[in-house]
Amino acid sequence: MYTQALNTAETNDRSLEDAGQAAQFQARIDAEERIEPNDWMPAAYRKTLTRQISQHAHSEIVGMLPEGNWITRAPTLRRKAALLAKVQDECGHGLYLYAAAETLGTSREELVDAMLAGKAKYSSIFNYPTLTWADIGTIGWLVDGAAIMNQIPLCRCSYGPYARAMIRVCKEESFHQRQGYEIMLTLCRGSDEQKAMAQDALNRWWWPVLMMFGPPDSTSQHSDTSTKWKIKRFSNDELRQKFVDATVPQAQYLGLTIPDPGMIQDADGHWRYSEIDWTEFKQVLAGNGPCNRDRMAARRKAHEDGAWVREAAAAYAAKRAHRQTAQAAE
Amino acid sequence: MSVANIEVSETPLVLYALRRADDALILGHRLSEWCGHAPMLEEDMALSNIALDLIGQARELYSYAAKAEGKDNDEDKLAYLRDVRQYRNLLLVEQPNGDFAQTLVRQFFYSAFADLYWRAMMNSRDTTLAAIAAKSEKESAYHLRHASEWLIRLGDGTDESHARAQAAIDQLWAFTGEMFAVDDGERALIHAGIAIDPGTLRGRWLQTLSDVASEATLVLPQNDWMQQGGRVGRHSEHLGHLLSELQSMQRTFPGLTW
Repeated sequence: MYTQALNTAETNDRSLEDAGQAAQFQARIDAEERIEPNDWMPAAYRKTLTRQISQHAHSEIVGMLPEGNWITRAPTLRRKAALLAKVQDECGHGLYLYAAAETLGTSREELVDAMLAGKAKYSSIFNYPTLTWADIGTIGWLVDGAAIMNQIPLCRCSYGPYARAMIRVCKEESFHQRQGYEIMLTLCRGSDEQKAMAQDALNRWWWPVLMMFGPPDSTSQHSDTSTKWKIKRFSNDELRQKFVDATVPQAQYLGLTIPDPGMIQDADGHWRYSEIDWTEFKQVLAGNGPCNRDRMAARRKAHEDGAWVREAAAAYAAKRAHRQTAQAAE
Repeated sequence: MSVANIEVSETPLVLYALRRADDALILGHRLSEWCGHAPMLEEDMALSNIALDLIGQARELYSYAAKAEGKDNDEDKLAYLRDVRQYRNLLLVEQPNGDFAQTLVRQFFYSAFADLYWRAMMNSRDTTLAAIAAKSEKESAYHLRHASEWLIRLGDGTDESHARAQAAIDQLWAFTGEMFAVDDGERALIHAGIAIDPGTLRGRWLQTLSDVASEATLVLPQNDWMQQGGRVGRHSEHLGHLLSELQSMQRTFPGLTW
């Protein structure tokens, strides 16, 4: 689904690298050339991208859990099939992104192990629970909507494999977003009970979704290098504002109220939102969100319960290779 | 708040379609429970894919059952507003996922049958059923290949995977007989060329099983005691729990559009 701006500042180890190569690299970036896996790149660029792409992949995989929570309870067969297909898409994004991260030289196993050990982050939006069917609509509408806002610029990211992955991912996310909005529209045109369900979901998800864009620019410590390398093209606050401006009219069309009484439209047409509670954001990042423990426990359980299956597949492949070698030798 | 169960006029044709629809929905539902929890991401994808195929088959078969019945039931009413005694699926497909071996063995037993069954049904005189069969056969062939390849890996993998695969075969074997049973209503459809006699497929089904089992170094049980009852609504205790989850929204919020 999406990675948020969690990257911390890189230690500067470029002094060890050839200054000429670094200058040439930057010149390529400035000329909007794509960097490919076999090209020379600064170690810090490799490290930043490995972390960002793998965080993004982890987010796709952990993001399967809150929505997967409703696959067995979807209210109609059509909704059930659509939700299952959507969660399957997220899994596909995860696989695709792990493959993109692997082009930078770290294996999927290592990346997954880091996540399961709690050393690598995933988007904290998935640490909130899906309590009603309206949450499934809201996730599609807002969470995927915010993801798209973040990922469209990533389609022009300087690293080729990531940029190409994002083009495909964005297409699917945009379909998911329309699907989510259509669920909301159905609820809002339904009974009073359904409308209340939709409003309640919006109330719970609105602020966490705004937090998906990361800390405010005034406190963000790491955007400079990412901007210079053209990994990041807009600041957190710029993207957040774009998202809010796009979303408010959608909420109005649904007849829902954004849970921010202080929100006003300024003279330029921008919707100005109230102060975000960054204490909550930090708490969730620190592991204290409503579902952090459940999400990690679910991923670890799947991994541990599946260990014997992966071992069996590896053992069988080894036996087969051995037999083929023996046959060839005869 | 609760909703009364719908009534279904189970003519032989309606019952025929319902039974196959229920098989596909319940097995698809079981597989969908894996989504997000599979041993590897590739299997999250594959099991979801198979689940989607089966749910798709179920929707077509329910719609056809509703049409054949000619009242105001539809795919969702048939899926969400019948209780455990009205469900007509095989006992095999409602068995819990268990470990990955149990899920795969359940799938293998079913897909080895479904592949043959739908291929034969492509010659049905009922054009709708023949069309559903043509689509389902293509999907089942893939499901069978997926399950067979896994069963061979598990059987001929490690000691642990071998033991788990063998235990799953032993545990699920008694639920396979029901696939080949036919009642009077269905026999009439067979005579009319609308359905085919599943009993005629048993030999080839067994052959598929023993070929794969032999490559997997697994053994098929010799006992021939078979559990039955699913086709007439006498289920295991597991199905009621599955339905209470599947139907929770429609039962809690009756008559709404979602």
